Amino acid sequence: MRDNDRRMSVGAELGQLLKSNIRDYMMYIALIVIMGYFTYMTAGAFIQARNISNLFNQAGYVMILAIGMTLILIIKHIDLSVGFVAGFSGAIAAILMTKAEMSEWIVIPIVLLLGLAVGLYQGLLVTRVGVPAFVTTLAGMFIFRGLLSLSLQETGTIIVPNEGFNALSNGFIPDLLGGGELHLLTMVIGVVAVILVIYTQIKARRNRQKYDFKVVSAPVFGFTLLVVSCIIMLIIYVLAAYQGLPWTAVIVGVVLFIYNYMLNKTKLGRYIYGIGGNDLAAELSGVNVKAVTLFCFCSMGTLAALAGILYTSRLQSATPTAGNAFEMDAIASSYIGGVAVSGGIGRVTNTIIGALVIVSLTNGMNLMGVDISYQYVVKGIIFVIAVAFDVCTRRK
Amino acid sequence: MGDYILEMNNITKEFPGVKALSDVNFKVKRGEIHCLVGENGAGKSTLMKVLSGVHHYGTYTGDIVYNGEVQQFKSIADSEAKGIAIIYQELALVPELSVYENIYFGHEIMNGKTIDWNKTIIKASEMLEKVRLHIDPSIKVKTLGVGNQQLVEIAKALSKNVKLLILDEPTASLNEDDSKNLLDLIRELKNQGVSCVMISHKLKEITAIADTITVLRDGATITSIDVTQRKIEEKEIIKYMVGRSIENIYPKREHKNIGEVVFSVNNWTVQDPVKDRNLLENININVRRGEIVGLQGLMGAGRTELALGIFGNTPNYKILSGDVTMEGKTTRYKSPKDAIAAGLAYVTEDRKGNGLVLMQDIKYNISLTNLDQLTEGIAINENEEIIVANDYLESINIKAPSILQKVRNLSGGNQQKVQIAKWLFAKPKVLILDEPTRGIDVGAKYEIYSLMNKLVEQGMSIIMISSELSEVMGMSDRLYVMSEGKITGELTAEEATDEKVMAMAIQS
Repeated sequence: MRDNDRRMSVGAELGQLLKSNIRDYMMYIALIVIMGYFTYMTAGAFIQARNISNLFNQAGYVMILAIGMTLILIIKHIDLSVGFVAGFSGAIAAILMTKAEMSEWIVIPIVLLLGLAVGLYQGLLVTRVGVPAFVTTLAGMFIFRGLLSLSLQETGTIIVPNEGFNALSNGFIPDLLGGGELHLLTMVIGVVAVILVIYTQIKARRNRQKYDFKVVSAPVFGFTLLVVSCIIMLIIYVLAAYQGLPWTAVIVGVVLFIYNYMLNKTKLGRYIYGIGGNDLAAELSGVNVKAVTLFCFCSMGTLAALAGILYTSRLQSATPTAGNAFEMDAIASSYIGGVAVSGGIGRVTNTIIGALVIVSLTNGMNLMGVDISYQYVVKGIIFVIAVAFDVCTRRK
Repeated sequence: MGDYILEMNNITKEFPGVKALSDVNFKVKRGEIHCLVGENGAGKSTLMKVLSGVHHYGTYTGDIVYNGEVQQFKSIADSEAKGIAIIYQELALVPELSVYENIYFGHEIMNGKTIDWNKTIIKASEMLEKVRLHIDPSIKVKTLGVGNQQLVEIAKALSKNVKLLILDEPTASLNEDDSKNLLDLIRELKNQGVSCVMISHKLKEITAIADTITVLRDGATITSIDVTQRKIEEKEIIKYMVGRSIENIYPKREHKNIGEVVFSVNNWTVQDPVKDRNLLENININVRRGEIVGLQGLMGAGRTELALGIFGNTPNYKILSGDVTMEGKTTRYKSPKDAIAAGLAYVTEDRKGNGLVLMQDIKYNISLTNLDQLTEGIAINENEEIIVANDYLESINIKAPSILQKVRNLSGGNQQKVQIAKWLFAKPKVLILDEPTRGIDVGAKYEIYSLMNKLVEQGMSIIMISSELSEVMGMSDRLYVMSEGKITGELTAEEATDEKVMAMAIQS
């Protein structure tokens, strides 16, 4: 077998690689097609530095929610309440900063703790009382929608004056290196990121070779690395040419890194996949299924609060409609990113690609002036196609 | 007898990369019981899927001649219409529906546009009579035991006017009584003119019931023996199945070095949640260092419930009294996690249902029970994990291209080995094996027995739960017999005889 593979031409290998990983590649292809289409339709406006920066800022809350949702979906649960939990958290943040005149740096941890408490409440209902997650979080959707409008009933929309808070989703990292045309610190971060990616990939490949596992051939490996590096540098360059890396991108990056590490490298991550794959087997293997499930809900609650903070910061205000249909984008992002509908499979890195697909659709259609009603229909169709494709490819 | 109801000629079926069947010939005489045997992966199930139309016409080469006509089945419905019915190991009944609804499910008796329920009930009762199942047809299927559910399946097949009945390991999950009952029924159906193909691993049954035995090996017909002409010994069948003769099915241990009592279960009593009685009544068992203790009993005796309970997993039962003692420390484990930490391991009966995470690879499954050992700081040391998994792959001979193979794609025997490996990695002092060789082929069974011997020689203690009498007799140093939630006997290997054990197992 292995000898045959070695003799395969690079072209044939690429073909085979494409075939066996069609699910992952389709996601990238779809993203590129969507981006290309909008660039063409908006005469280049879509791909402009300003818009790409905007896209990250707008996408931040969806990406954060989708990361949390990925865990929940892997363990075969669902959380419908995240939208209004985010909206409610944002409102509380605004109230604390305006009425109580608290500093944003105190408010943010308080609101994150509030999200954690919400997650704890819903998680306990699911694990201890045994109310299905669908019902628990549907009830949560009612409750937090109500609490959101109650908290803003007197004041209506609250404008947030705190500059630091608003910078979270509107500001950019400062250029400490004092570049001119280009944002130098952003470029440096980009280069470091590329070096890190190349280093970890080469290390992983060496390791696989050491244990005699199958690896892709050197040219294909190099080609993939080159493509990935180019994409990262391209995005970084576009951002650097504008105002640099948005704070939102930094926040999403940090959360993504933590969750990706947790899922792939720690016991907790293994347990999450185990519960999704076979909860009975996981329990009998010594996994505390209830505790891990509770953790996932707590993490979701906290991330929902973070999403609420980002959204409020983006709008620089808390509104009674914040949070409406956020859960739809979060769930769709996870599934488009390849979380298996039957649970047990999914990666947060791919979920981010899924979120980019969803957010690009919103952003692109907004630029084109497509009516919001059509936008829902288009997103729905792309979502269902992605899942149908997923189900079909997995069946093989 | 030259009249064949079914002739499958030169059947070849290929899957991508594998030739599952090559030039198989399989002929069933009218009105006979034909047993199809072979190791797992020999092609038995594939052959039956070709016959029933699951692998439809055109996806294989060769002819299916049924009742003298060449058939081109496109689906199961086509083969059923001709009177061929297959009853699979996993029963295909709807548990929440009544027995009569199940029997006529999919071919309801109609009265114009609506279902004629009265006629359905009357007809269903007749079918139940035929399979000698004396129950109320209106009770829900889920209230029946596995044995009776199987009979309902057969009644369902009979209601479709079956001419050729195919049973895929019908007795695999039945106790000895139900098995005997089922085999009697198959004989009776034969007298009524129903031809029967039975796939089975239980050679004793086969030699008792078969008119013809066909052996498949590696996708080819090895032999077809007319047993009505000459008697055949189990040993001879095994020889054909594995292509070598296994002299002694149960390997003997070289050094018996049995020490002090390591683990005991004391006064264990569990309440049955539904019925107003005790599921387990005052169970006392123990195991010594380096000893294999058998726990024999019929299905439903409470063996698995006992094992799960002492392992700390009792979501549905209330433990009224009892504790366990591990190396002098007496306690009751609150969760499997506690039990594992104390040195107990439990290889479950249902490896697909609650034993393995099938969608994950071998490496993942092996390391799951003891990730603590592999964790440095907060991260799992993946190099160490690979080394551990590779060690087990080699030392207990798991046949897979690499440890990155998904467990789902392994054969039953290899899945079982992965299950044992994962529990060995938990470094237990006492290993509970629940039906360790169910549904796996003879070769893999032998390997598992040898492994058990090796483990106890190294000082581990094993409690083996099994309903296969010969296995318990062949492997145990000492054995307990359970019946209806009570220990009804304790015997040493020297004292035990088939008759004694059986008598204790049916005692109530």
